[in-house]
Amino acid sequence: MNAKQIDQQTLLKDEKDPLTHTPVHLLSLDGVGKHYGNIIALHDVTMAVDNGRVTCVLGDNGAGKSTLIKIIAGLHQHDEGVLHIMGDERKFNSPRDALDAGIATVYQDLAVVPLMPIWRNFFLGSELTTGWGPLRRMDVQKMKDITLKELADMGIDLRDVEQPIGQLSGGERQCVAIARAVYFGAKVLILDEPTAALGVKQSGVVLRYILQARDRGLGVIFITHNPHHAFPVGDRFLLLKRGKSIGYYDKKDITLDELTAQMAGGAELAELAHELEQLGGHSDIVKEVQAEVAEVTEVAEAALESNTKRH
Amino acid sequence: MANAVLTAATDERVGKRSTLQKLLVRPEIGALVGAVVLFVFFAAIAPVFLQPNSQATVLYGSSTIGIMAVGVALLMIGGEFDLSTGVAVITSALSASMFSWYFSVNIWIGVAFALVVSLGIGFINGWILVKTKLPSFIVTLATFLMLAGLNLGLTRMIGGAVATPSISGIDGFEEAHAIFASSVNIAGIEVRITVFIWIALVLLASWVLLRTRVGNWIFASGGDANAARAVGVPVTQTKIGLFMAVGFCGWILGMHNLFAFNTVQSGEGVGNEFLYIIAAVIGGCLLTGGYGSAVGGAIGAFIFGMANKGIVYAQWNPDWFKFFLGLMLLLATIVNLIVKRRAELK
Repeated sequence: MNAKQIDQQTLLKDEKDPLTHTPVHLLSLDGVGKHYGNIIALHDVTMAVDNGRVTCVLGDNGAGKSTLIKIIAGLHQHDEGVLHIMGDERKFNSPRDALDAGIATVYQDLAVVPLMPIWRNFFLGSELTTGWGPLRRMDVQKMKDITLKELADMGIDLRDVEQPIGQLSGGERQCVAIARAVYFGAKVLILDEPTAALGVKQSGVVLRYILQARDRGLGVIFITHNPHHAFPVGDRFLLLKRGKSIGYYDKKDITLDELTAQMAGGAELAELAHELEQLGGHSDIVKEVQAEVAEVTEVAEAALESNTKRH
Repeated sequence: MANAVLTAATDERVGKRSTLQKLLVRPEIGALVGAVVLFVFFAAIAPVFLQPNSQATVLYGSSTIGIMAVGVALLMIGGEFDLSTGVAVITSALSASMFSWYFSVNIWIGVAFALVVSLGIGFINGWILVKTKLPSFIVTLATFLMLAGLNLGLTRMIGGAVATPSISGIDGFEEAHAIFASSVNIAGIEVRITVFIWIALVLLASWVLLRTRVGNWIFASGGDANAARAVGVPVTQTKIGLFMAVGFCGWILGMHNLFAFNTVQSGEGVGNEFLYIIAAVIGGCLLTGGYGSAVGGAIGAFIFGMANKGIVYAQWNPDWFKFFLGLMLLLATIVNLIVKRRAELK
């Protein structure tokens, strides 16, 4: 391990927000912890999210990723440390609180109702209305138009916003959920394992949308257990293991290999590779991995391209 | 970059859906086809069925089921169902009648009291459901049994008999009768007022369901309550509100029963809850929630009314009615299942 670990104090206290050039982060956690009874689910986690930046949270199952996003999304309250939004200390009591503070979460199960049309899902919980008093009704045409336009802006061309959202593919549904969060003025977008259930190609599509959301100036928190997905799009990486932070890196200070090694625990990974080799795991699996690496490299190049455009 | 790639690829993938195909995925289509078939069938075998007076009778029969089916359909779309509706109607009628009789007050005070009781029953059903997270089957079955017992017990305790005394002499009876149980003469045909109340309720419920935020919340609460909650839909309030809407429909029907017959049998109502649920299911509401329409419930009730009276007009033995109803239910559910699979097709 020769990558320099960023001093967490320095990163929180002195680094400036890239867009506002103030030392205040869009969202920051400082020593946040959470326990359920006598079980410590999360302990001393520090991270920051800025406008137009992607902060990746990596960890294996049970590492505390879910607890972390539940705290930020307002489903649970932390019992240690502080959570700052734009410099104000906050503690959310409900998902509505977090939404009102501009934090939108796209859950793994997407929070869409399969049998409902796309436009109804898009505006669910935040419907546009017209009229007043007992005649207050939904502005259906406007909502349909906006849905179509917002999705087109994200590069999703839909046939018909009346069709049930259950008919869309996993990647498309993910994108509708992201577009919804972006439209409703989210400042921070939390994506909970958006690529976990998707194939290689679909994952690539979703990663592109993450970059689009970032380029629109959102602060993105990307939760994943796949360093190959995280590395091409991320600006900062927080690694969790057994509820603790085992590293917090800036992109310039770490490589994909180091990230992968850190995450799996270098020795464990080497052992696994050795084991696979012994089992004759060369042929198919290796090819699959290579294909995936090629795919993420493509996305990485796209990311790089849009990065250079931005600066 | 991504825009160009995706826009080019999508349009030719899916052909234009024809009007027929769009119609076929409507929740009430199965029921509508069934209703037309049934109508033609009875019209063919019993010409008297087509006479305006017979149709008024059929509509009246349909309306007494349909008024409740409106509330029950909304509740089922919201993902719950209510087994206590049958006896709750009687509870409402008993409340109004016994309250006015016992305290010797104007019947309208009794009617208002009954409204509070009906909404209260709905609220309690909903509140217990969302607090305990028990299935609505258990919660409303318990309410059903308790109400059935209370109806009998309290009526005998207060009035000393199983039926309430006649209320026709109490102040305000005439006005209340005019509103809840009169007939309207249209071109020489007496049409019961419940038919108009029923139609008004269906229109109101359809508007709420399709054009208001609350309607969106009802679909979402039934379709996926967790997803709905996560995007900020007040699922708890929506469900409690739906149970109270069912209570409101029960109040209207209860008042009709009271003012149409002046007296209430405390043991009645048991079993009617299934008729309301059947009407909603025939009308295309899924038992699992999230899908259906108020119009569907109305068509279901109309099918019920046609079968009920049509058998009489055709001079068949009414014993066959239940068999008929069961068959309709089975066919309707199968059609709905197919429709749902088509809608969910990925």
